[in-house]
Amino acid sequence: MATAARERGRGPAATVEGQPMVELVDVGKQFEGNEVLRGVSLTVQRGETTVIMGGSGSGKTVTLRLIAGLIRPSSGVVRVFGERIDVLGEEELLPIRRRMGYVFQGAALFDSLTVYQNVAYPLHEHTNLPEAEIRQRVVHFLSLVGLAPEVLGLLPSELSGGMRKRVGIARALAQEPQMLLFDEPTAGLDPTNARMVAELIGQLRGGVCDTAVVVTHDLELAKTVADRIAILIEGRFAALGSREAVLASSDPAVQAFLAGEARVTA
Amino acid sequence: MDTYLRRTAMWYGGVGMLAAQVLRSLALPPKYLRLIVLEVETMGVRSLGVALTASIFTGMVFALQSAVNMARFGAENYVGPLAALAIVRELGPVLTAILVGGKVASGITAELGSMRVTEQIDALRTLGVNVIKRLIVPRVLAALLVFPLLTVMADVLGVLGGMVIMYFERGTDMWAYWNTTTYWVVPRDFLMGVAKSFFFGGIVTLIGCYNGLSTTGGTEGLGQATTATVVHCTMAVIVSDFFLTKLMLMIFW
Repeated sequence: MATAARERGRGPAATVEGQPMVELVDVGKQFEGNEVLRGVSLTVQRGETTVIMGGSGSGKTVTLRLIAGLIRPSSGVVRVFGERIDVLGEEELLPIRRRMGYVFQGAALFDSLTVYQNVAYPLHEHTNLPEAEIRQRVVHFLSLVGLAPEVLGLLPSELSGGMRKRVGIARALAQEPQMLLFDEPTAGLDPTNARMVAELIGQLRGGVCDTAVVVTHDLELAKTVADRIAILIEGRFAALGSREAVLASSDPAVQAFLAGEARVTA
Repeated sequence: MDTYLRRTAMWYGGVGMLAAQVLRSLALPPKYLRLIVLEVETMGVRSLGVALTASIFTGMVFALQSAVNMARFGAENYVGPLAALAIVRELGPVLTAILVGGKVASGITAELGSMRVTEQIDALRTLGVNVIKRLIVPRVLAALLVFPLLTVMADVLGVLGGMVIMYFERGTDMWAYWNTTTYWVVPRDFLMGVAKSFFFGGIVTLIGCYNGLSTTGGTEGLGQATTATVVHCTMAVIVSDFFLTKLMLMIFW
């Protein structure tokens, strides 16, 4: 299948080999005097899934939004696909954002559009593909997230929470991104749907998109999908490293956080 | 007080910056042109009833009041031009802008604000969509087309309303009324009103869009933003009307 990426005139090899997909250098973020991030640094390499954990209000989603260029840092440098994005304007950010897929906590589906129109949105917007081909792709992306073509004509309000999340993932995949960003993908889901979404994120690494940044407070999800884990406490990474190293960390703050999350998950 | 002034300054700055962004983004891709047509239908066709009903009754009441009072000075013959001048220069464009603007702009704020609080605007941005071109420019361009057209229709119906009420209530000869009116009211009067409506359309749409895009605070914030839009639009039309009138009188009169 000719990819939408090629249709848009850029191939998946647009990032230099060995170059980090994401690089945060001493990034700080304040909102009206409230310091949310205090000099965080993080590198995400191609092919790895990095999970950012932390309590409510610790700055996890802010970090993800900085990576997507939705907000600007108050200090520090943000590089995505090797390009410094914290100095770019909205117009210049658009082609960079097309190379990543963002899955919102509440799915953020366009509520007046059907499932088909939602998933087809980036294809209608950025390609000149014939409608039949777009439909074929939409069905393909929905099948990747375990949804049958029967949902195509439904509105988001007619879907369950788990289905909405999966449609949100399908829409992000329709961009054929080089990197996926997940904001609390299992939040608000029952255990069965949460496990399904966690397995789905794991499966996507099999070839569809092998690099991901996942923001969550779900320890089980982190254990399932993470290559590396970063734990945000009070605006700083209290732990950052391989999954095994972070889970075995002897830092009391990290241990306290993990113990608390383990209790919540249980 | 300090916070209020800061917020007011930020609001004016925000609307101004949005206007600048719209000006920079006027070149739309062909696939967005159908969005302008859809907006023309939403803003124009669905507002016809409100705009035209208001104008015809305004014309009638203005003529009626003028006739009763001008008869005291023996100037009833001049009701036609007086009513027509008031309608084409002020009442037509201003009433249309306030009524249709309030309706259209509050609808825009509600729609964009809802998209904002449910992260749909951010979703568009993450899909690489230029939000200004996709959501704002088509609305502004449609308003620049719709408001003058509605004003022209409102002017015509307002003048006709005055003429009809003078015929039925005061027994005025319609032909004489029309002749006096067209003698005193010149195309420049009419064009001044239409030119104002062009500005009003742009201003109220920008206010509706800005208030929608800057909505915060969930559904409560959305309600506040929608209410604020009606007030902001009404005030913007009334205040800018004075300055536009002054400017136009200086330039064209």
